[in-house]
Amino acid sequence: MAPSRDRRPGFSRRAQYSLFLTYILGIAGAVVGGVLLALSTFNPVAFNAVRAAVAELTAPPAALLAGAGSQLASVPDAIASHFQVRSENRELRARLNQARGALLAGRQAQIENVRLRRLLTLRDRLPETIAAARIVSTSASSTRRFGLLNAGSFQGVADGQPVTGPEGLIGRVLYVGPDTARVLLITDPESIVPVRRTRDGRPALAAGRGDGLVDIRTIDTADGRFRPGDLFVTSGTGGIFVPGVPVARVLRAGTDSAPARPFARPDSLDVALVHRAFMPPPPAPPAPAPKPSPSPTPEP
Amino acid sequence: MTLPARPLFKEPLPPGRARLLPWASVLAGSLATTLPWNASLGLLPPLGLLMMLAWRLLAPLSLRVWAPALLGLFDDLVSGQPLGSAMLLWTLAFFLVEALEARSGVRDFAQSWAIAAVAIALAQAGGRLFASPLSAYVDGVLVIQIILSVLLFPAAARLVAWIDLKRAR
Repeated sequence: MAPSRDRRPGFSRRAQYSLFLTYILGIAGAVVGGVLLALSTFNPVAFNAVRAAVAELTAPPAALLAGAGSQLASVPDAIASHFQVRSENRELRARLNQARGALLAGRQAQIENVRLRRLLTLRDRLPETIAAARIVSTSASSTRRFGLLNAGSFQGVADGQPVTGPEGLIGRVLYVGPDTARVLLITDPESIVPVRRTRDGRPALAAGRGDGLVDIRTIDTADGRFRPGDLFVTSGTGGIFVPGVPVARVLRAGTDSAPARPFARPDSLDVALVHRAFMPPPPAPPAPAPKPSPSPTPEP
Repeated sequence: MTLPARPLFKEPLPPGRARLLPWASVLAGSLATTLPWNASLGLLPPLGLLMMLAWRLLAPLSLRVWAPALLGLFDDLVSGQPLGSAMLLWTLAFFLVEALEARSGVRDFAQSWAIAAVAIALAQAGGRLFASPLSAYVDGVLVIQIILSVLLFPAAARLVAWIDLKRAR
C-alpha cells in the first residue's frame, strides 16, 4: 500500500491549522490519559462509580449469554450422567454404609461443639447469605482478575463482602452498582486472603499470582513446611471472610511460600453466593454535636 | 487487486454513518471482553486495539489523531485495566504507527502486520506494567496473549477491509 499523502494540507491555512489542531488534541488525549492513570494508580477507588455505571449496561447481555452458555454446556453432562447413574448408585450405597459410623461420631462432636461454645458464650456471627447470583463475565483481556456479579446494592450487596462458590472461596466484592458488583477474584495479583491449614490450624496468607494459582505464604517465623496436598481454609482473621470456607490445595512443596490451586475454578464458576462480611468494621463515631456558640453579651 | 465495481445507481453511505463505522467497530471490539468468557487467565486478545490498528494501517484517514484517546477511555471502562492506561497507550501506539509510516515508503501487508505487531506488543507490555505489580506471575500468559493478538491481526484487517469496502465508495 502506498503511503497516504492525504494528510498533507497543501497551502490552505485553514487545512494546515485544523491538521495541527488534531495533533494537539491527540497529544492532549495522551496527557489526560497519563493523568487519569496516575490518579487511578494512587487512588484505585476513584473511578468506581463510572465503571459501575458502564457495567450496569454491559451486564444484562452477558447474563443472557452466560445462562444460554451454561445450558448448552450442561447437555453433555446430562447425557453422560444418564448412562452412569446405575453404577454410581451402587457405589454411593456402598459408601453410605461405610460412612454411617463416621456420621454418628460427627453428629456427636457437633452437638458437643454447640454446648461448649454456649459455655464459652462465644460471640459468633452466622454466615448470612445476602444474594445468590451469576458471575457473568471476567476481565478476559487484562492481567488483573476481576469478575462481574449479576447482583448489586438493590439485592443488598455491599463493598467488601465475601463471595463463595459451590467449591470454595471466589473473592470479595470490590464495588457495587445498583444491579452489578465487581468481584476481586482470589487469583488476582493484588488479592490477599488470611487462611489456615486444616491439618493443624497453622495461619498463612493466600496471595493471588495472576496465573490462576495462589501463593500460600507464611506469616509466622516457625518452621513452615508446606507439603503438596495441604488444604487451606479461610481463617476469618481481618473480619471479612467467613471462617472455614475452602480456599486452595498446595501443589508443590515449599518452605516460605508454595503455589496452590484454588478450589473454585474461575473457568467453571457461574453461581456465586454473597455473604455478609464476617465482622464488618464498626460504624464511624458520630460527629460531635456543635457546641452552643457563646451568645454575644448585650451591650450595657 | 481490482475492487469490484459498485452497482451503477447505488448511493454511497452518507458521510455521518461512514465516519461512525470505524468508531463503532472499535467500540464493539472493546465490548468483546464483557462477554461471558469466564477465563482463569487473561488470554483474550485486545480486540478493540486490533480493530483500531487495522483501521489506522489500512484506512489512515478513517480515525482522527484524537480518536484513540476516547476509544481507549471506553476500553478502560470495560476491560478492568486502570483508567487511563489504554487512553495513553493507544494514543502512543497511534503515534508510533504514524512515525513508522512516515519512514516507510510503499509497503505490503506483511510490513503493516509487522508494524501492528510492534504496536500490540508495546501496548500490552505497558498495560501489564500499569495494571499488575512486578511480582505477579503474569508474564508467560502475557507473551501468549501477545502472540495470539498478533496472529489475529490479519483477521481484524480482513474485517476492517470488508467494512471499509462497504463504507468508502
